[in-house]
Amino acid sequence: MPQILVEELSKTYRIAERDAGTMGAVKGLFHRRWRQVEALKAVSFGIAQGELVGLIGPNGAGKSTTIKILSGILEPTSGRCEVDGLVPWRQRVKHVARIGVVFGQRTQLWWDLPVIEGFDLLRDIYRVPQDRYVQARDELVALLRLDRVLNQPVRQLSLGQRMRCEIAAALLHEPPLVFLDEPTIGLDAPSKLAVREFIGRINRDRGVTVILTTHDMHDIEALAERVIVIGGGAILADGTFETLRAGVLAERRLFVDFTGEAPALDLPDVTVVNRDGRQLELAFDPRRIAAPALIARIAAAHSVDDIHVEEPLIEEVIARFYDLHGASEG
Amino acid sequence: MNGFALYGRYVLASIRMQLAYPASFAMLSLGSFLVTIVEFVGVWALFRRFGQVGGWRLGEVALFYGLVSVIFAFADAVSRGFDVFGSTFVKTGAFDRLLLRPRSPALQLLGYELRMTRIGRLTQGVLVFWLGLAMTHLHWSPWAAPILLFAVMGGVALFSGLFVMQATLSFWTVESLEVANVLTYGGEAAAEFPLNVYASWFRDILVFAVPIGCVTYLPMLAAIGRADPLGSPAWIGPLAPAAGFLFLGLALFTWRFGIRRYASSGA
Amino acid sequence: MSQALALCPYLAVFAGRLQLTLQYRAAALAGFATQLWFGVIRVLIFAAFYAGGAAHAPMSLTNAITYTWLGQAFLAFLPWSADPEITEMVRNGAVAYERLRPVDTYAWWYARALAWSVARVLPRAALMVAFAGVAMPLVGLGRWGLAPPSSFAAAGLFAASLVGVVALSAAITQLINVILVATMSDRGANALAGSVVNLFSGMVVPLAFFPDALRPWLRAQPFAGLVDIPFSIYFGALAGWSAIGGIALQFAWAMGLIVLGRWWLGAVMRRLQVQGG
Repeated sequence: MPQILVEELSKTYRIAERDAGTMGAVKGLFHRRWRQVEALKAVSFGIAQGELVGLIGPNGAGKSTTIKILSGILEPTSGRCEVDGLVPWRQRVKHVARIGVVFGQRTQLWWDLPVIEGFDLLRDIYRVPQDRYVQARDELVALLRLDRVLNQPVRQLSLGQRMRCEIAAALLHEPPLVFLDEPTIGLDAPSKLAVREFIGRINRDRGVTVILTTHDMHDIEALAERVIVIGGGAILADGTFETLRAGVLAERRLFVDFTGEAPALDLPDVTVVNRDGRQLELAFDPRRIAAPALIARIAAAHSVDDIHVEEPLIEEVIARFYDLHGASEG
Repeated sequence: MNGFALYGRYVLASIRMQLAYPASFAMLSLGSFLVTIVEFVGVWALFRRFGQVGGWRLGEVALFYGLVSVIFAFADAVSRGFDVFGSTFVKTGAFDRLLLRPRSPALQLLGYELRMTRIGRLTQGVLVFWLGLAMTHLHWSPWAAPILLFAVMGGVALFSGLFVMQATLSFWTVESLEVANVLTYGGEAAAEFPLNVYASWFRDILVFAVPIGCVTYLPMLAAIGRADPLGSPAWIGPLAPAAGFLFLGLALFTWRFGIRRYASSGA
Repeated sequence: MSQALALCPYLAVFAGRLQLTLQYRAAALAGFATQLWFGVIRVLIFAAFYAGGAAHAPMSLTNAITYTWLGQAFLAFLPWSADPEITEMVRNGAVAYERLRPVDTYAWWYARALAWSVARVLPRAALMVAFAGVAMPLVGLGRWGLAPPSSFAAAGLFAASLVGVVALSAAITQLINVILVATMSDRGANALAGSVVNLFSGMVVPLAFFPDALRPWLRAQPFAGLVDIPFSIYFGALAGWSAIGGIALQFAWAMGLIVLGRWWLGAVMRRLQVQGG
């Protein structure tokens, strides 16, 4: 029995439509036109305890709708959803006591209150027994290196510090399931690495189920064994990142620095993408011709100074995937 | 930790946060005091000219005035979360965060902020009431103290209920509704004078539609042992503040509908 | 021609702010409802007081009622607080950036204050006059509504006096702005201005109701020109030369406060320049 069970989940919003301009506003007072927006179309998936799943998709694709339904603050139009046997929106209080949520762009801590006092208040809100609270808190403070910011009001913290406090706050009550929405947004490189490292650790060492929503593909690549892609209200892909990549972009890039002027190259299964003085950028399908073979072929025919192979940018993979499925934003 | 204890913690945290800015707190409290006391200066000037209104002298009116000021100061202080609900929670989606906690959202909104600066209005109310005491020689009912205490409690319940209704409305309109100020601030202003001075249609609104008269006028009459010039029975006075609690109950009931709507429309 | 060009940026900011504030129709409507209620309360209170005998009343009940409705109509002219844009600037420390504009800072802010008050008054005044001045008489409640000016002369002088109100109000707003910038805090002046303005302008209760001994002082102070003087002109309590004197007093105070404000703002800005804002 998976921890999270989603079956034929659908959500349709009614949005009031109004013509533009003053006449439209006046008309809008008397007659409302409604537009149906299908945010989720019979979506199904299951997540087992301890998985770390990346949830990606273009904006407006249905990601936040899914998260909201799973967390219990939104009711679906139809379909079934259970988390640890509880129906999130029906048994809200019980359910939310067992989850932690981090919103990357909003803090749940109190702006003018020192961090530690905010933690204490959360302990009371979640009714955590004192001894368990102290243990959880001290562990989190150590892991996230918060000892020096504990007594500062949240408004004085940098974004990186605030996000680490945010994550600690979401885990104080030791939830078995955690939703992370854009946890690394706006962070500098060291902070991103620290956050990623921490997420990976709690998932590995404590078996906390993590659902990670992000636009930063490096987060996905670093953490998620499984990726669910949502586009246009439907699931476009559900598998490992590698399967996704392989399915979309059977392509790698080869950069060759020639000793002299870059020659004209005419090889089967190879496309010249860019020519820049003595460098050629080639695109090839590794299924058709393996990288070593291609390198050997070129080096045999020409004098070469340097060669390196590159994967396409993850963003390119994802963008290409969205395109292929007509799921791009807007 | 049960609801009351949690509320206590919220209050302590809120007080600490405000006292972190002592100068600002002092200024705002002083401002709140001055704005309200200045209104009473106007009342004083009118009495100096006319002597009495509706059969009441300045001291007696001061009792009513002080009572409603005290009630509103308390209600205004605790209801901040509901007052700013639309613009701070609904429009920004911050309400989601309240729903993600295993507690009643109403309790969390109650604990949002205890507006300490309302102490300015509270001080003004107490001062005016004390002035009224000093200026009058009334035959107070032996039950005056509990009656007035009940009136204050019912009054705070009533006005808080108005703030809750204002917040419930913003589930539909998204912004904080300034119009609702008519009932809250406007209600307080109306109850500053004993209700018999107003035209009867106005009075009826304030007793039956929004029972502000039940938490100020009627109990005060009972407390000072005066018969109602409008002819209501004597036993109504001490019991009337219950209407405030009923009103709050009604407000919280409609509040639930608002939350259901938020949860199904996704705001 | 060059004169007009020199005025241009100030006209531009005036027009821009006017348009922006006029967009807040919902706010105007909500404000109207609130003010209507408060107007009704005050009218009923006056009626109750007068019902007990108007022997000592300094004005007729009709005039007191007219005064009340006028007060609600033009409420937004009262300089209760600093310009919200300036409050925001003080809060996030961006005041110094105002000096980057190739304009006279005082005049710039003054134009903005003018636009802000005019834009907030126009819709509310229109609604209030429509309701209390037209609708109420139409349903037979004219006795409780806004009476017309006491004469054509009064109407004309009232219009002139309103200009005085606008100029004076903006000058006082500017002083509050300067205090805000000088103290670099958005609390003090904003918290205290409201009560002082309400009382001394005659908004809480017409100045005539205060003890007679205080009359000359109350009439002479700057805030009287915001409410008491123009409304007294409207229903003829101040007529002829006294009306003109009242208007002159409004403008005299406006001028004086503008001069004071300009000088003070200059000093504060210079200090900011030295300290680094």
